[in-house]
Amino acid sequence: MKLKELESCLQQVDVFEEPKLLLEQYPTSPHIAACMLYTIHNTFDDLEGKLVADLGCGCGVLSIGAAMLDAGLCVGFDIDGDALQIFSRNTEEFEIANIDLVQCDLCSVDADVYAQKFDTVIMNPPFGTKHNQGIDMKFLRAALTMANKSVYSLHKTSTRQHIQKKANEWGVKMEVIAELRYDLPASYKFHKKKSVDIEVDFLQFSKT
Amino acid sequence: MKLLTHNMLTSHVKGVTKGYPLLIKATEVKVNEVEFNPEFVSRMIPKLEWSALVQAAEGLGHLHELPAELTPDYEKNEEFLKKAHRVLLEVEVIEGCLQCPESGREFPISRGIPNMLLNEDEV
Repeated sequence: MKLKELESCLQQVDVFEEPKLLLEQYPTSPHIAACMLYTIHNTFDDLEGKLVADLGCGCGVLSIGAAMLDAGLCVGFDIDGDALQIFSRNTEEFEIANIDLVQCDLCSVDADVYAQKFDTVIMNPPFGTKHNQGIDMKFLRAALTMANKSVYSLHKTSTRQHIQKKANEWGVKMEVIAELRYDLPASYKFHKKKSVDIEVDFLQFSKT
Repeated sequence: MKLLTHNMLTSHVKGVTKGYPLLIKATEVKVNEVEFNPEFVSRMIPKLEWSALVQAAEGLGHLHELPAELTPDYEKNEEFLKKAHRVLLEVEVIEGCLQCPESGREFPISRGIPNMLLNEDEV
């Protein structure tokens, strides 16, 4: 499948009807999702025939893309039942069968029970702004526990040094695959501008 | 919820030491066709709790002749891998619940999605 094809498919994925501020529900744009998945698939071969987890999957754009690129199974995890219902409708509309969903709180669940069960973890975690400071690192910790090989994630560029330090502490290799401009449309009332670009890193973590 | 996913789920209710395997009480089960990838299935098998899988499939009436003991040299046995594929990926619990074997706490499954969220006093 070509990148353009993947992106145009992902444009059909429905997103949050009423995004929840506390959960930092910003959809991953089809463009960013397609670029991420295409790289994970073509450069690193970490999707096809793999058991993939998508943490904080929301309405499922990353999972659906991973499933289209022939993941063996992609399991989406999210705390929000409303988002998972939209995700579930999306999978029905796309007639995708290699996807499963679990509603759970990744911050309270002991990720140890999933230790190394998954080949690859993909995620666009909450950035940990507003009321959620540190939640991005909790997601990353859970992801690294669950993955047996690689984790692919989006993080604010401003946190790169901190994440690099943590990655060293945890003994995992971190690679900046790309620097992105994440266009956040004004989804919430407190956003005064129509949209705002934030600098985001597309990171790969490998376990050795 | 597919049985491959069920095989990984555990109950985390406070005080529970052995929240595995979760008992499936299903009111609606479907079989959805999924593309067969023998390499994927045979790679998943060593990661599974085989007895929990067999028990879950049997409880749903969807064992599909899956043997109670893992077949030796299963990687080369396509017939066996097809059965495992069906049970792991094609059988789906749509409605029902999962019950913690120790506390009896039930986790609802609705529209195919198990809800593993705990109340504050259970964490």
